[in-house]
Parts: sequence; C-alpha cells; structure tokens
Amino acid sequence: MKNFSLMRISIWVYLALFFSYLLGPLVIMSVTAFNSPGFPRAAPWECLTFEWFSALFQDERILNGIKNSILVGTGTVILSVAMGLAGALMLTQIWPKLRATYYTIIIAPILVPGVVIGISTLVFWDRVNRMLGLGADSFLSSGLFLTVIGQSTFIASYCMLVLVARLQRYDNSLTEAALDLGATHAQTFRKVLLPFMRPAIASAAVLAFLASFENYNTTTFTFGEYPTLTIELAQKVRYGITPAISALAFIIVLLTVFAALANEASIRRKELVAAARKSATVEELESGKLRLPGFLSSNTAAVVLVVVAMMTIAVVGTATVYSPAQCIANVKETKRLETDLRIQELRQRRAEEAARRAAEQAEQTGQEPATEATPKPSNNSGFGGVFAPGTLQDDSTEDPEATPQEPANDSGFGNVFDPNALQSD
Amino acid sequence: MPRFLKEYFNRNGVGLGSVMLGLVLFWTIGLIILPQLSMLDFSFRPNLPPPEIGGPKDLYTLENYKYLIFGPEGGSQDYNAVDLRVFYRTLIAAVLVTVFNLMLCYPIAYYLAQTKGNHIRILALMLIIPYWINEILRAFALRIIFGESGVLNNLLVGAGVFDTPFDFIRNDIALYAGLGYAYILLMIFPIYNVIESLDRNQIEAARDMGASWTRIHRRVVIPYAKPGISSGCTMVFMLSAGALAAPQILGGPSSLWFTQLIYQQFNDNSDWPQGAAYAVVLLVTCILLVLALMRVFKVNMGDIGK
Repeated sequence: MKNFSLMRISIWVYLALFFSYLLGPLVIMSVTAFNSPGFPRAAPWECLTFEWFSALFQDERILNGIKNSILVGTGTVILSVAMGLAGALMLTQIWPKLRATYYTIIIAPILVPGVVIGISTLVFWDRVNRMLGLGADSFLSSGLFLTVIGQSTFIASYCMLVLVARLQRYDNSLTEAALDLGATHAQTFRKVLLPFMRPAIASAAVLAFLASFENYNTTTFTFGEYPTLTIELAQKVRYGITPAISALAFIIVLLTVFAALANEASIRRKELVAAARKSATVEELESGKLRLPGFLSSNTAAVVLVVVAMMTIAVVGTATVYSPAQCIANVKETKRLETDLRIQELRQRRAEEAARRAAEQAEQTGQEPATEATPKPSNNSGFGGVFAPGTLQDDSTEDPEATPQEPANDSGFGNVFDPNALQSD
Repeated sequence: MPRFLKEYFNRNGVGLGSVMLGLVLFWTIGLIILPQLSMLDFSFRPNLPPPEIGGPKDLYTLENYKYLIFGPEGGSQDYNAVDLRVFYRTLIAAVLVTVFNLMLCYPIAYYLAQTKGNHIRILALMLIIPYWINEILRAFALRIIFGESGVLNNLLVGAGVFDTPFDFIRNDIALYAGLGYAYILLMIFPIYNVIESLDRNQIEAARDMGASWTRIHRRVVIPYAKPGISSGCTMVFMLSAGALAAPQILGGPSSLWFTQLIYQQFNDNSDWPQGAAYAVVLLVTCILLVLALMRVFKVNMGDIGK
C-alpha cells in the first residue's frame, strides 16, 4: 500500500513538472507583457503597465501582418478543405491496387519538412510562370497565391485525415437511397453527404486556419509582398525583442483559452441536456415544460469561462483608467538612489585605497606604520582600487558623505570614467 | 473511356465526379509531385541569371551537390567541413530531441490513456492549448526564460547554483528545449491513441501473473504501442530536422541548423539551385533514416499517420 501511494505521488510530481514545462513559458511570457522594463522580463517586477498593448496596436507592420494572415488563412481554408474532402472521398473508392500508393502520396506532405515544401512551391511556380511567358508581377508569382498554394499542400493532408475519420462512419446506402429516389448526384452530395460531414468539415476548417496562421517554415520562402503575422513576428524576434510581442502573445493565449473553454463548456452542456432529456418523463417532454439544467450548474468549464471573461473585463477596465507614470517615476527614483549609493561606495573605496597606498609608501620609506595599512576585506573588486583614478593623487581629502555631482549616472562603472573624478578637491 | 473511369463517373455523376477528380489531381500532381520533381531538376542546374535560364549554358551539372561535400572549387580545404558539420549536427540533434521527447511523453500518454476521470479532459485541454499558440511565440517564450537575464538564470544565480549567468543560448540548451517543446503534442497523440485502445485486462493479467511494472511495459504496453511510438518519433524527427523558426530564434550565434543554410542560400546568396540541392539532400537523408529505423523496429509505413 505504501508502495502504491509512493507511485501516485511520483506520478503527480511528474505531471506537475511536465505541465510546468508546457505551460510555464506561456505564463511567464504573459507576465512580461505587464512589466514595465523595455526588455521582456518577469523579475524583478517593476511596474504594472499596459503601454505594451498600446505599442502593439500602434504597430503598422503587426496590423498589416494580421490582415495578410487572415487573407492567406481564408484562401488556405477554402482550398485545403475542398482538396481534403475530394481526397478523402477518392480514398474510399479508389482502385484497391492504387490505394496504398495514393495514400502515401497524400500523407507525405505532413512528413516533408516545411522548408522543402516552400522551396519546391517557389521553384515550380516560378518555372510555370516563365513557361507561360508571364512577367515577375503576374498573379502566379504573387506572394498571396504562392503562400496559399504552399500551405494548402500539407494542410490539405491534415484536413483529409480529419475528414476520412468521419467518412468511415458514413453509410453509403444513404447516397444510394437518395439516388434511387431520384435526386441528382449534386443534390445527394449537398443534401445528404455534406450535412453528415458538417462537424468534421468545421473542425477541419478550424485546424486549417490555425495551421495556416502559425505556419512559418513554408511561408518564409513564399510570402513575397504579403508578410503574414508569423513572418513579421519572426523578423521582430530575431532583431531584438520587446514586451509588445509578449502583449500579442498574451492576447493570443487568452483567445485560445476562451475558445477552448467555450468548446468544452458547450460539449458539457450538450451532455447535460441529453442526460436531462433522458431522465425526463414523456409528459414533461411533450408539454415543453422540461426544466433544463442551468448553464453554470455542474459545468466547470462554463464557470471558469465566465470567471475568465469577468477578469478580462476587469483588467481592460483597469487599463483604461490606470496610469503607471507614478510607479515608473518611483522606480526611476529607486534606481537613481541605488546608483548614488554605488557611486558613494566607490568613492569610499577609493579613499581607503588611497590611505592604504599612503601607508605603504610610508612603510617603504621607513616611517611610522599607519593603522589602516591592512587592506579592507570589504573590497569587492579583484583589482582593489588600483584602477580608480583617485588613487593616483595622494592628498585624498574626499569626503565619503559628499554629494555626487552627477546623481543620475546609470553606467555600471560608477563614475570611474568621469573626467571630474580626477580632480578630487 | 476505361471501365473504372466510367464506373467512377456513374457513381459520382459527371459534374461532381470531375470536380473531385480535378481537385485530387491538382493536389497530388500539381502541388505534391510536380513541385518536388521540379525542385530535384532545379538542384542539378547551375545558378544563372533569369535571362540565361533555358539558354545554352543551362546544362545539368552535379556542381551543387559537389559543393556540399567538397566546398567551393579551389578552396583551401579538401571537404566542405563547415556545411557537413552543420548537416551532421542537425541530424544528431534531431535524433536526440526525438529520444528526449519520447522519454518525456510516453509516461504522460500512458497515464492519459489508461486513467479515467474528469481531470483527464482538463489535462488534455492543457496539452492542446500551447499547441494553438504561434510557433514563433513559443520560441520567444523560451527565449525570455533562457536569456542572459532570464527567469531561469535569475533563479539559478539566486539559488547559488551559478555565480554568473549561464549562457543557455550559446550552449544550445535553449534550442533543444525549444525543439522538444514544440513537438510534444505530436509525440503524445499517436501514442495516446494506440494505448487507449489497449485492453486494460491485458495489463491486469500480466500483473496478476506477477510481472513487475517495468516488465509489463516492456512486454505488453510497448509492443502494442509500437505503431504509435514509431509514428510519433517519425513526425518529431522529421519536423525537428526541418525546423527553421526555433533554430533562428533560439540557436546560438555560432551554431547553425541545416535548414538555416538552405534559407541563407535562398535569401542571402540568392543561389536557388544550391539551396534546392541542400533541400533535396535533407529530404532524402531524413526519409532514408526513417525508413531504416522502421526496418530495424519492424514497423509498416501504413501505421504512420493513423
């Protein structure tokens, strides 16, 4: 029994570690969106700020990227769901000998590296373009067309997998019945097969849009004059990172959580409704007086969804009235004080060093040994204060209490390089 | 008209049938087969300015492949040590990432598949959410953590493990963590799908007969889950060998990923044939490696992608 509980604990520890590896980075990234330093960091925490969100919404390139992403995503969804559906239908009725080969071909794009798909699309359509004698500004060489085509190559395979799973449960006699009753093929397809496939088509479309939205490897070769959001982000991240990107990430995380919770809540809701209907009496059902369970009752996802929504509203509300100016000023003040302290320490160290020097000199010339001759243990620098310019001047009358002339010195060197430091009065 | 085609149109109607056939042909031939062949063809051609393409100088050559192995003609070295080392390192690292991911994900997949309860749905949701976030943003999140003044360094220095911040990025630890992170879901799902269909009674039976916990996994669960494991490993290997975003964002300045060389050939040197040749080498090597491993572990191609 003891062994068993030990195993349970280790499972939970493993789960906790695993999920902190999975979710921790996202949480920390979200936190950095609200911290005021210009470099995204979660600690030390300085000020709560919303300025990165406004910086984000003023960024032309990001907004343009979002627009292009939606454009490309729409094209990709239409093309790849259509091709995926056709591919899935073909798979169910292809000549058995060809089946394995055909399956390998349409599944291969999932495994082929995205870089290779991007390059082959670019090279192939460039050649088609040249063979047709079109110029460099033709439709076939535009970034929009190439990106949609390139992404659809492999996203259609995802769609096909989703659709085939549903198609396997389709009863072909339904189609036959419709045809026997005099429907045309097109009518059968629209009225019988499509309604059956609708849930799978919806999830394939969502999957296709997400895959298109986040694709980088293929798009980076094909985007041309239509940089998508992912491309813009990659360029930003590669050449210097700012918390504005964290802000965008936070918005995406929030949207994702919303979508996931809403989906979960609606599934649970359907289950609950079905259960309520099952246990209801015929009378209740017929009179329409069936009491359905409330939206929030025994539906954790719905409760969490509402809580998250309310928190979002609260945060947005705070953001409109909140101003971090005071806090930022405070932090600046603290930093200034810290710098002052550092400068003072440096001066003190320099004075001590000078005293030690003087004592050593006195020792060397055989005069009375000074009491401060022992080096101070509090000296942090490996070089002692040897390089401090003040040590060169023996008449060190520096007052450790003296107020520094340049209080806002941010440099890590204190004021060692300050020319004034040489003329110690 | 051949018989099977006639049957096909009888079954689907002429209009619908031709739309379907057209889409499938466009996808398989126009988007999958021809571009790959075209890339292969292109990789055997010299790098010419556009007006000369198709001209008398446009002859097939092995130059681009020779370049990968021997370096530029008349170069000081016998072999193209830089590019070859990058290639070799990429493959090794991709294998390591795959193995790491398998070890990390197998227990989770097993736990999710064999445990009943409401919390499993929540865990599954938590698994999927990171996968919906943009690849670039996931890499960015890890960069915040692994940076010089990042969270991890703050923690470790604060705890006294290191005196000075450890450069995770230069040591490629950030890169490996990022690649592993990116493909966790692709490893878990195939394994989960297979183990979920494993009858619990088999495990119970093995336990009743006195098999130890490791033995149950070695003799019952893993053999059963082999198709899922191999399909997950294949996907993770192929994707991490072909990854571009994570190495660009998380890679150290001195270490390149092979896809970055391809990217450079295309975008910086504008030597497309050379880049195409590198891409072909990457693709062929990866496929051969996967096929060889499937041979070793006795898995069929049909099991992949289920």
